[in-house]
Amino acid sequence: MALTDKDIKELELKAAAIRETIVQMLVAAGSGHTAGPLGMADIFAALYFNVLNHNPEHPDWDERDRLILSNGHIVPVRYAAMAHAGYFPLQETLTLRKFGSRLQGHPERERLPGLETTSGPLGSGLGQAAGMAYGARMDKKSFRVYCAMSDGEHDAGNTWESAMFAGANKLSNLTGIIDRNNIQINGMTENVMPLDNLRAKYEAFNWHVLEVDGHNMREVIDACNQAKAIYEKPTVIIAHTIPGKGVKEIEFDYRWHGSTPGKGPTDKIPADKQAEVFLSELRTLKGKIESEHQ
Amino acid sequence: MLNPDAKLQSNIFDKPDMAATRDGFGQALLELGEKDPRVVVLCADLAESTRTLAFKEKYPDRYIELGVAEQNLATVASGLANYGKIPFITSYAAFSPGRNNEQIRTTISLNNVPVKIAGAHAGLSTARDGGTHQALEDIGLMRMQPHMTVLVPADSEEARKVTLSAATHSGPVYIRLTREPTPIMSTIDTPFTIGKANVIWEPDHKPEVVVFATGPLLFEALKAAKELEHTLPLAVINIATIKPLDRDTILHYAKDTGAVVTVEEHQVAGGLGSAVAELLAQEAPTPQEFVGVRDAFGQSGSVGELYEYYKLSASHIKAAIQKAHARKS
Repeated sequence: MALTDKDIKELELKAAAIRETIVQMLVAAGSGHTAGPLGMADIFAALYFNVLNHNPEHPDWDERDRLILSNGHIVPVRYAAMAHAGYFPLQETLTLRKFGSRLQGHPERERLPGLETTSGPLGSGLGQAAGMAYGARMDKKSFRVYCAMSDGEHDAGNTWESAMFAGANKLSNLTGIIDRNNIQINGMTENVMPLDNLRAKYEAFNWHVLEVDGHNMREVIDACNQAKAIYEKPTVIIAHTIPGKGVKEIEFDYRWHGSTPGKGPTDKIPADKQAEVFLSELRTLKGKIESEHQ
Repeated sequence: MLNPDAKLQSNIFDKPDMAATRDGFGQALLELGEKDPRVVVLCADLAESTRTLAFKEKYPDRYIELGVAEQNLATVASGLANYGKIPFITSYAAFSPGRNNEQIRTTISLNNVPVKIAGAHAGLSTARDGGTHQALEDIGLMRMQPHMTVLVPADSEEARKVTLSAATHSGPVYIRLTREPTPIMSTIDTPFTIGKANVIWEPDHKPEVVVFATGPLLFEALKAAKELEHTLPLAVINIATIKPLDRDTILHYAKDTGAVVTVEEHQVAGGLGSAVAELLAQEAPTPQEFVGVRDAFGQSGSVGELYEYYKLSASHIKAAIQKAHARKS
């Protein structure tokens, strides 16, 4: 079904709401990752509000599409998207990283229904996604498996073992989505451990490769739909994203990988003003979305 | 004398039949293939030596080849189990759970999905291959992980039963297997239940020392007990489930005898002896002697040579029994 401008606008507004929730939950938590979750907000809005076949009231529904989050440290974006989709009350997002919370610092499958897997240690999501896709194909199930990954975790050997396995087995019911934001903890990915040419690498492993602007809702959704039409290979979508997207003081700055608003770099905004300024920027963003689609 | 309730082979001390525990594992996989369509077998380029080849030939659609990629072996199995399959992952223990320990920890144990990990060629049994391939720390690695059940069969028939039980167990399981043919002590009628220790040898009257043994070294412990039959009454218990430990049986015999010996083809640190000592220190402090490898790597040699060098054979077990007996207050 073709997406209308109105559909796109609604998804963008969802993404803006997810971003706001991310900032609020990170402020409440006082620790965690900021840049990655903000950068993936558009893609998670697209997944939870358009792409995925899922039912928040029945997270264990057998026929649901599976979304595996391999880089568990960006889980605030998933928690925020899940809360907005109705998996649990929005208020609960403020328990992130607190003792007794279902919202662990890194996601744990047994704590919160709908998470699918436990992740954090990098490089092991794609193998799990491939295992699910393999099992589903054995049983002729029609659901799809999506695996969100960071670019940095492509340093890990396990990622490539899994890419080789999925390519060799032509797991066409598997779609990988790489958050190509070019940053990791120690700096720019190409300085820490060069990853390019990612497209050529995946193609050499027998994957179909698509590249999109990870902040263009229509491109993201079109790519997810195109992947369904590829029958001979798994598909990977290299989503070019801006780390920290939506808050200009965070955008592109790797120092925000593991800092939270209120405790981040202070050369642009003093710590005690960060939460307030960032939330107000995100609210303005909503206005921009409204005006663009008028 | 041998415990009649254990329904053991009659020829244990007289040319017993020999088979490797990996053979019983392979046989059980074939039985499981027939019984349960959810069972899948994952292999990391070691089909023949981990005894998965027969399963591959009979059930090619449920056999998955990973290549030399043990980290992926664990993660793909996690996904399959999460989806609803019962995956058995097979490699050498040195690599799985050796190399892929973190993947097992996060994606199998913490994830709490029913992957069954078979670590072959464990202990010194891959003798000629040398220290690189002789896993002597796998029991410790696996028993430290919450949710994980740890099973160490003593002979091929017990390995068959262990494997069948692992498939119906709801959580992750580690099964330790060995390469060399070793004496078949148990029969099809010998009881095996996860979490239950098995009394193999008991004197007519009260035992003076109890030996807790795991894996094929149980046979060496039995030989020691036989040699001491007329001088020192012993109980020999097979601990095939390292985790969860059969607390009741262990505490009963430790209190009854006041002298404990543990026997394992594993580092003394972290294995059966440690598990027993942790229990006894809290519930019934008891003098204990440890037969096991003492902070050393393995090396090439014959199994017999290695058992002597690392002080694991019957004569060393006998010495440990006498030492434990002498320590009784």
